Amino acid sequence: MCGIVGLFLKDKSLEPQLGALLSDMLVTMTDRGPDSAGIAIYGADQNNLVKLTIQSPDPETDFAGLTEDLRKAGITNASILPKSTHAVITVSSDQLEATRTALEELRPDVRVMGTGSVMEIYKEVGLPKDVLERFKISDMTGTHGIGHTRMATESAVTTLGAHPFSTGSDQCLVHNGSLSNHNNLRRELTREGIRLETQNDSEVAAAYLTGEMAKGKNLGEALTSALDDLDGFFTFVVGTKSGFGVVRDPIACKPAVMAETDAYVAFGSEYRALVNLPGIEDAKVWEPEPATVYFWEH
Amino acid sequence: MPVFDLATTELRALNQALHALDKSGPAEDFEVTNPRGSHAVAVGIDAPVNVTIDGSVGYYCAGMNEQATITVKGNAGPGVAENMMSGKVVIKGDASQYAGATAHGGLLVIEGNASSRCGISMKGVDIVVKGNIGHMSAFMAQSGNLVVLGDAGDALGDSLYEARLFVRGTVKSLGADCEKKEMRPEHIELLTKLLADAGITDVKPEEFTRYGSARTLYNFNVDNFDAY
Repeated sequence: MCGIVGLFLKDKSLEPQLGALLSDMLVTMTDRGPDSAGIAIYGADQNNLVKLTIQSPDPETDFAGLTEDLRKAGITNASILPKSTHAVITVSSDQLEATRTALEELRPDVRVMGTGSVMEIYKEVGLPKDVLERFKISDMTGTHGIGHTRMATESAVTTLGAHPFSTGSDQCLVHNGSLSNHNNLRRELTREGIRLETQNDSEVAAAYLTGEMAKGKNLGEALTSALDDLDGFFTFVVGTKSGFGVVRDPIACKPAVMAETDAYVAFGSEYRALVNLPGIEDAKVWEPEPATVYFWEH
Repeated sequence: MPVFDLATTELRALNQALHALDKSGPAEDFEVTNPRGSHAVAVGIDAPVNVTIDGSVGYYCAGMNEQATITVKGNAGPGVAENMMSGKVVIKGDASQYAGATAHGGLLVIEGNASSRCGISMKGVDIVVKGNIGHMSAFMAQSGNLVVLGDAGDALGDSLYEARLFVRGTVKSLGADCEKKEMRPEHIELLTKLLADAGITDVKPEEFTRYGSARTLYNFNVDNFDAY
């Protein structure tokens, strides 16, 4: 089943509440998927700095002394902010790849969940309310965000199998459905040099969009190509640095409801996820059409 | 009049109170407030009760209804009035996928749009949609009437049996074995009654086109033997 939510703010005064609003939406969707939960939040841009959200199965050991170790390895202005099993490392944007390489050597068990100038990703096995509480998501500020609660079908219940999936800078995707041509696509994307970490079908969809955008397409164009190249059931909600997109497969059996006001665009697997949003009574509420791309850009 | 506020009352209390009503009446009026997209609101009723729901509901509202008149002052999620047997269900807003699926009887009125698979496998229900309907509507529909004042999406009436489909607007495409049919006097008469039952007075039955089964899938065609 799976539950997905997304919130794209137009009204800046709501930004301090982004984490709290998105958390409430995701907790409401708990009964659509109890296996794992995750959220991606797009925060403020810091000039010439880039963030890596990392995760470790043994955070106490892995995160201890990591700042010093990174600095010794040449990442001179690295800073690290641990949050439970995750940590956000901030480095100069020109040192992103060097940081990745250094992490592989210094902390082989650490996984990079996502990178970007504004995006942070938090995901773990467990119920949404526990996962959100663990990372204090409701205190987070941001411009837009997406969340997912998973009922696993195509790959194991693990932290890495949780959504959102990020395969490109400031890009992430959540998926309700199951793809049937993901193995072939994974091979093709790997050949194109895109890095995939799991056997999960949704990660392939994320990587596919990353690949299309790398060819110069915008989010809307990449989502349009996905309708031709991805086979299976899907409702996707996708975030980029400044954009927010939604697309459903032509059969459209995976549910979706959207709401728009002057203050926000919101997505929920069900209307229940949207009922606590401010002004929802007067929002335009609709079901996104099958095989139709919707996207908004800041 | 009993009022159930779903912000403070368990859904089960509402449905149990509705199930406890006497099948033979007298008719009562129930009001449901703050449904907030809840699932399975007012399901399995078998009594001549009027239920008004002030807001939008989630999955399977008014499922398996018998006798009751249920009005949703908002949108309905997937499967509204699924397997209805009799009575009347009115949705003031839009309905999500498979509205009226497998329903045997009664009248379902959707004042907004219905999305995909509206009336899938319908078995005798009358469905009137004032707006548009989505793709694969009336798939394998067996009997009953589907009336659409707006447009129909792709593959209308695929693998249709004996249900009658009346569409006033355009049909994006017809499904396998569904074809346009002549509007005979008995169809005008039927449509006049259905529109009146749905409270529609500003639309003439002559504006509709009838679609039905070409009946070519009813029997095995020996020319297709090699396909098996």
